Amino acid sequence: MDTNNTIIELKGISKSYNGMKVLDKLNLTIHDKEFVTLLGPSGCGKTTILRIIGGFVEQDEGDVFFMGKNINDLPPHKRQLNTVFQKYALFTHLDVYENVAFGLRLKKTPEKEIAKKVKEMLELVNLKGYESRRVDVLSGGQQQRVAIARALANNPKVLLLDEPLGALDLKLRKGMQVELKKIQQSLGITFIYVTHDQEEALTMSDTIVVMENGKIHQMGTPTDIYNEPIDAFTADFIGESNIVPGIMHKDYLVEFSGKCYECLDKGFEQDEEVDVVIRPEDIKLVEPNEKMITGIVETVVFKGMHYEMRIRCGEKLWKAQDTIFEPVGKEVGIHLTPNDIHVMKKSDFVPNNSKEVVTPNPENEGSNEN
Amino acid sequence: MINLKAKWAAGPYIVWMILFTIIPMLMILYYAFTDNNGAFTFENMVSAWDYVPTLIRSIWLALIATVICLIMAFPFAYSISRKPMSKQKMFVMLVMLPMWMNFLLRTHALAQLFEDNGIINTVLQSIGIGRIQMMGTEFAVVVGMVYNFLPFMILPLYSIMTKIDQSLVESAHDLGANNIQVLFKILIPLSVPGIVSGITMVFVPAVSTFVISKFLGGTDFYLIGDAIEAQILGNSYNLHTGSATSLILMVIVIITMLIFSRIDTEEVEETLA
Repeated sequence: MDTNNTIIELKGISKSYNGMKVLDKLNLTIHDKEFVTLLGPSGCGKTTILRIIGGFVEQDEGDVFFMGKNINDLPPHKRQLNTVFQKYALFTHLDVYENVAFGLRLKKTPEKEIAKKVKEMLELVNLKGYESRRVDVLSGGQQQRVAIARALANNPKVLLLDEPLGALDLKLRKGMQVELKKIQQSLGITFIYVTHDQEEALTMSDTIVVMENGKIHQMGTPTDIYNEPIDAFTADFIGESNIVPGIMHKDYLVEFSGKCYECLDKGFEQDEEVDVVIRPEDIKLVEPNEKMITGIVETVVFKGMHYEMRIRCGEKLWKAQDTIFEPVGKEVGIHLTPNDIHVMKKSDFVPNNSKEVVTPNPENEGSNEN
Repeated sequence: MINLKAKWAAGPYIVWMILFTIIPMLMILYYAFTDNNGAFTFENMVSAWDYVPTLIRSIWLALIATVICLIMAFPFAYSISRKPMSKQKMFVMLVMLPMWMNFLLRTHALAQLFEDNGIINTVLQSIGIGRIQMMGTEFAVVVGMVYNFLPFMILPLYSIMTKIDQSLVESAHDLGANNIQVLFKILIPLSVPGIVSGITMVFVPAVSTFVISKFLGGTDFYLIGDAIEAQILGNSYNLHTGSATSLILMVIVIITMLIFSRIDTEEVEETLA
C-alpha cells in the first residue's frame, strides 16, 4: 500500500498493567481518511491502543507517530485528534451548545465562528434545535450525538471512538452505524473505532484489525477478513464458523471428518495437520451419499431469513444455515464446493461453541449513565 | 399507608426539634427584646451593638480559616477521589480519625504545642531560633479553627468529587484543555455543591466558636462566641444582651448561608469563563 498517506503509525508498542502484558510489540499503520476498526474480545488491548493514540495511556515501549512525527511526549490536549468516549463524558454543568463549543472556546475562537460551527455540527449529527437543552435530560442516543459533535467541532484529523454505540439498543445502533460511516465519508477524516461487535466492524470499516491477547491476528478489508480469515480465531470471531481438524494431503486436497475434499488452498507440507473452516451459510444440505459428510438434524431455529440448523455427525455438531427447512431427525448430507472450504495453519485456538453472542442491552437506552 | 408511616417515623425528631431548637430560639427571641421586668425593649440590641468590632474580627478570622481549609482540602479531596477504592477508604478514615477524639481535648492538645514552654518552642529553642509567642495570637486561633474544621471541608468535597468521572477530565484534555483549564472549567464548576456545603460547615462553627479562642487565644482574645458565652454563663452575666448578640450572629449566619445556597453551578461557570 501507499505509505505516503500514513497518518498514524505504531511501532513496537508494549504495555503492561500490573505485570499483565496487554500489548506485545505491536505494529500498526493507519492510513489517512480510512475508517479503521480495532476488533477483538474484551481484554484484547484494543482500547489500550486507542488510549495510547489519544495520549491518555503511556506505552512502556515503542513509538507513536502522527503524520510522521513522534508524539510520544505530546500530552492529549496538544494532539490533533479527538475522542468519543464510551460513556459519552458530557459536561453536565453545560448545555448542548456549550458542550459542542467547549474545544472552540479553549482556542479563543471568535463567538461568531463558534456559533456557526456549533450549528453546523449539530446539523451533522441531527440535533438541530437542541442547543439550549441540558445534556443530562437527553436520551442515550442523543447524548452520543452530542459527544460526536463535540469531538468533531475541533476539526480533528483523526477521530477516536471507544465503543461509542455500546449502550444503545440494537435499532439505534444500526442507524448510528450508517450515520457514522456517512459522517466519516463526508468529512473525509480518519476514524479509529474500537468494538467487540463483528457485525458493527463489517458494516462500517474500510479496514478491520482483528486482535486477541495484545496481538494483531489479521488486518484487511471486511471482505478479505470475512472470506479469507488467516486463522481459526479470526474465522470464529468474524461471523460464525465450523472449525474442524483436517489433513492437507497435497495442494488442493484436504481430508476432514473422514472425507476428502477439493479445495483452493496450497503451499502446505504433505499431510500437514490443518484447521478447516467452513461458514454455516456456505453449507448446502442435500440428500446424503457416501462421498460427503452426513449427519442427523438435531435442532432447527427459524431466524427470519433462514433456518439455523445443527447437524450431528458423531462427535461433531455442524452449524448450517439454509433457506430450506429440514425436519429434526432427518439424515442429511453436507454439500461443499471447493470455494466453501478454508484451510488454515493449525493453531491452539479452541472454538467455543457457546461463543459470546453480542447482545445489545436495550434497557440502557434513554437512561443516563451516571 | 406509606405516607402515614413516614409521618410517624419523623415524630421523635420533631419532638426533639421542638424541645431543643424551636423553644430555645423562641426564648432567645424573647430575652433579646425584653428587659429584666419582661417589658418590650430595644435596649439589648443597642448594647449588643458594642460587640460589632468583635463580630467583625470573628467573621474575618473565620473567613481566613475557611479559605485556608478550602485551599488545602480541594486538591487533597480531588487526589483521594482519583485513587482506587481501598485507598480512598483509608484516606477518608485518616481524615475522620481526629474527629473521634473530643473537640475540647483536641484544642487542649494544640494549646500544649503552642505554649511558651510547649513542644514547638522547646524545639525552636534547641535549634537556636528561640521562642516565639504563639498563644494568644490570631495565628494560633486560625490554626485551631483549621485543625478542628478541616475534615468538614474535605468530606463534602470528596463525596462530590467521587461523582466526577475521570472520563470528563480526559475529554476536557482531549478537547484541548490544559490542567489549569480543566480545574477552572470542569473540576471547580462540578464541585460547587461540595464547595458550598464545605464552606458552610467550616464557616458557621468557626464564626461562633468560643472554645478555640479561649484555649488558644489566652485571656485577652475575644471573639463573638466568647462574648456570648460570657454574657450567658460568665462574669458579664446578662441574659438579655447575650440573647441579642446571639440573635445578631444568627441573622448574619443565615444571610451568609442564603447567599451561598443561591450560588449555582452556572453562575460559577459564567464567572470563571
